[in-house]
Amino acid sequence: MFLDHDRGRALEVALLIAIGGFVGGVLRHAIADVVVAPGGTLAANVLGCLALGFLTYEAELAGTFAEETGYVLSTGFLSSFTTYSTFALETMQAAPLLGAGNVVANYGLGAVAVLLGRSTAMTVTEERAR
Amino acid sequence: MVDASLLVGLGAATGALLRHGTASVVASRLGDRDLPYGTATVNVVGSFVLGLVTFSGASTSVQFLVGTGACGAYTTFSSFSVETVRLWESGRPLLAGWYAVANLAGALAALGAARAVVTAV
Repeated sequence: MFLDHDRGRALEVALLIAIGGFVGGVLRHAIADVVVAPGGTLAANVLGCLALGFLTYEAELAGTFAEETGYVLSTGFLSSFTTYSTFALETMQAAPLLGAGNVVANYGLGAVAVLLGRSTAMTVTEERAR
Repeated sequence: MVDASLLVGLGAATGALLRHGTASVVASRLGDRDLPYGTATVNVVGSFVLGLVTFSGASTSVQFLVGTGACGAYTTFSSFSVETVRLWESGRPLLAGWYAVANLAGALAALGAARAVVTAV
């Protein structure tokens, strides 16, 4: 019996995403346990943006990491570690001014973190090229 | 009760797989578009389900498994932010702004709709 190659590959990808997703969710929950809401979600979102910014631009500039790393880290771990639904719920449940501040903080710091991740990827790539 | 972390983890693994599946379906249906519809879809749908779980007063176990775990992982902020920055730096700041506003408006509207559904039932 041969395992169909495409099916085997799809199963492998699913497993990588599930493992990354599991760890990302548990870690987000652990942070939310120690940092008062909505700070925990904010911390997870900003850290996740920093890491995904780095990985996305690193993949484009140098592509050091294997496709499998992308599945487990980006699609699995980081996308599960960060969350939009809890961010939206906490924004809705906060007092209007605090809710607006939560949006500004997540959007603003998230974008800054992506740019910081990008410049780190650029620096690392240049250092390596030397 | 089962350990909270285990419930969150199992839910999150499922949510991540469903997100990947949703993104694949949306991408194959819509093809290459200017806007990342896959992420917007999971963010709005996931917010609606989180609203149902939260406002219906589901048990703590269900909130951990489905709310924090599955919905938390199904929706994503990191991909959303990277996509918004990429739209902006590709010379389409208006589209980036629209994408950012649409995700928020969609998610908040979905939460409002979930609350209305729970109240009505």
